[in-house]
Amino acid sequence: MKQEDVSSGRVRKAPENFLSREGVRAVFAEAKNGRRDFIRNAFAAAAAGAVVPVAMAQGNPVPVEGGDSNILNLPEHATGLGQGVATEGYGKPSKFETNVQRRQSPGLTQTTQASVSFAPLQSLFGIVTPSGLHFERHHQGWWDIDPSKHRFMVNGMVKTPKVFTMDEIMRLPSVSRFHFIECGANTAAEWGNVAVPTVQYTHGMISCSEFTGVPLITLLQLAGADLKNGRFVLAEGGDGSSMTRTIPMSLITSGEVIVAYGQNGEMLRPENGYPLRLVVPGVQGVSWVKYLRRVEVGDKPYAAKDEAIHYIDLQPDGLQRQYTNLQECKSVVTTPSGGQVLLDKGFYNITGLAWSGKGKIKKVDVSVDGGRNWRQARLESPVMSKALTRFNIDWVWDGKPAIIQSRAMDDTGFVQPTYKQLRAVRGTRSIYHNNAIQSWLIQENGEVKNVQLS
Amino acid sequence: MSSFRNALIAAAALTAASLVAAQMGTQFPGIGRAATPKEVAAWDIDVRPDFKGLPAGSGSVAKGQDIWEGKCAQCHGVFGESNEVFSPLIGGTTTDDVKTGRVAKLMDPTSGRSTIMKVATVSTLWDYINRAMPWTQPKSLKPDEVYAVTAFLLNLGGVIPDNFTLSDKNIAEVQARMPNRNGMTTRHAMWPGAEFKGVKTPDTKNTACMKDCATEPTVASFLPDFARNAHGNIAEQNRPVGAQHGVDTTQPESKAPVAGSGASGSVAVAQAPAAAKAAAEAPKAAPAPASIPAPGAAGVDSKAAQVLTQKNNCTACHAIDKKILGPSFADIAKKHAGKTDYLAGKIKSGGSGVWGPIPMPPQTLTDAEAKAIAVWLAAGAAK
Repeated sequence: MKQEDVSSGRVRKAPENFLSREGVRAVFAEAKNGRRDFIRNAFAAAAAGAVVPVAMAQGNPVPVEGGDSNILNLPEHATGLGQGVATEGYGKPSKFETNVQRRQSPGLTQTTQASVSFAPLQSLFGIVTPSGLHFERHHQGWWDIDPSKHRFMVNGMVKTPKVFTMDEIMRLPSVSRFHFIECGANTAAEWGNVAVPTVQYTHGMISCSEFTGVPLITLLQLAGADLKNGRFVLAEGGDGSSMTRTIPMSLITSGEVIVAYGQNGEMLRPENGYPLRLVVPGVQGVSWVKYLRRVEVGDKPYAAKDEAIHYIDLQPDGLQRQYTNLQECKSVVTTPSGGQVLLDKGFYNITGLAWSGKGKIKKVDVSVDGGRNWRQARLESPVMSKALTRFNIDWVWDGKPAIIQSRAMDDTGFVQPTYKQLRAVRGTRSIYHNNAIQSWLIQENGEVKNVQLS
Repeated sequence: MSSFRNALIAAAALTAASLVAAQMGTQFPGIGRAATPKEVAAWDIDVRPDFKGLPAGSGSVAKGQDIWEGKCAQCHGVFGESNEVFSPLIGGTTTDDVKTGRVAKLMDPTSGRSTIMKVATVSTLWDYINRAMPWTQPKSLKPDEVYAVTAFLLNLGGVIPDNFTLSDKNIAEVQARMPNRNGMTTRHAMWPGAEFKGVKTPDTKNTACMKDCATEPTVASFLPDFARNAHGNIAEQNRPVGAQHGVDTTQPESKAPVAGSGASGSVAVAQAPAAAKAAAEAPKAAPAPASIPAPGAAGVDSKAAQVLTQKNNCTACHAIDKKILGPSFADIAKKHAGKTDYLAGKIKSGGSGVWGPIPMPPQTLTDAEAKAIAVWLAAGAAK
């Protein structure tokens, strides 16, 4: 123990979470050989506290032999020949990144085809969600549709109903814009009480991408749509569920709504609607119809299944709010966040995401004392309308318990509510549109817990 | 000068022409073609609440029952009540609701919500069954079959009688009998347009207070210890390098502070973990309410135990004497007679495999409540 104290100069990490750098390398070497159980054993060994050098506290101590073996002993990658170009025709993440996965929440659904997977927000940087980690929500399973056979139809209150091939849609002038997509049910499990441990499960039904496509208004005009009397547009998917949703014409004539085929520089991923999906900025994900096959211009709303049975918000008076489409201003600290452990006292960068379905984020404040005092965070550029905005703020942890929160304000002046304020008007059974301030409790042992304050 | 003037006129004419072209849809020659009536008919299948788009046809409750038992019951249950794969379609409505158009049970905070409790429009049911059901063979039902299945569902929901035949002629009258037809509102600020004449001002009004704000940080809700590993090992769900690592939730929580001793309590926040701990232990420390038999007490209060199963939403998945999502209380009582401690533990921890693959999640009820329910189950789960 004495030796440790001297060499680390500081503190001991929560032992069950700690592996030395050598330990981490051993774990990955073993993992590569398919022995994932080794990780558990390694942690268990660390917990037992028997291996003194492994249980060291300081993350970067000067070893007794006078230097870090990672520096003193040149590794293979510094002394050998690496791999050639195009070894992978489509590059993949490092093999050391396998923990970063989208995941289902256990017990949430009984099938995988009508289900959701959550994006690992705790491991992401900046504002763009890697396409392979984009959250998923399927109503009847996903498909990989041959784009040469996909057709898009415009009908209803139009002069001439039209059909388009993908070739034709991709010939039209395109726009590329960054937007977030958030499921209306994001954070739904937490309306009444804490239900899930990490930010992946509390807030992971949000992603942000650069989408490329044709403004829907262009395609409506090509069909000679009645933009005056046709105040509603039905969007319909081409898969088994043939999802339908009502879109306000006012949002379409503003040019914001896009019929998109591109996502982060490549085509949409099949799980996200390949080859064509609707992008409805600021509106909940269910309206961003995937495998888009048809839009219909009409003079009345459609009361589709997902706007008359689901995606309706039950209020304390027993009435259900219908056509609640907007995602109001919201934010969350992504690290440190639930299920993580702070390895030591000292400096940390508190970072997170903020967004608003009504426009740009104006400012984000962060509290480390449960909402009593707040400091304004730095917004990283770019700050774009109806897109995720990354915020950062410096923090020195003194090892005492702390409750971290973030609170976003958008450019309409709207401030993200507390749970108390939200429940005061909407109760706890709304399911959808929970945009309350999230609290993370940092315990003295370094563990971060999902908590709610009264 | 004149050539410049001519160029301006030509440019203006061009602009006007392109505007007209845009309006006529010819700005992008060669893109898109007219859809044929046959093509439109093949895809334009949506049905609106005013029944625009509804094909002519009819189907009886009796015919609907036949189709239901063959194609729908395996997921939704014989009576549309099943919670096994999807949430229940039927249940929770009354004949009074059919009169008022408001489902009273939606006011009950402990109640689950079936489709018939929520939906205001028959068109929605018809449209969705037609486009997306059966789940594995969507769009395979013929219009008359969709009418029949819709009729059967509405009959189960007490909206139409047993001998009813639903058709395009009477569907609007049936819609006017829907139990929750008056249960929707668009008076909110969450539609991004003016189409519904909703309110403009958001319903929450926080302010950006920066210093000495009113909030007292008291931890009111957190995950119980027994749910620590319910989402898998969080250490394996975080990158192994970085500012923070994931907690190894396969191991019990460390009691040692990161910073060792010497950390003195900070202001308000320092109380939080203590408060959480107190809250966690409170139920154990608190004396059991009079209606709940103390562990080991001779009498078993069946009524109180059943109230607890209601209160804790056990009844969403378990009924007294029939299987819903989980086994009936009677079956549990038979299998685990006398095993009070085992049952109390199972109620709290959940699990799967004893009664089939569908898992029961861990439950957040107090030890006293779990014990009271366990005592009742172990003694035979009498009504």
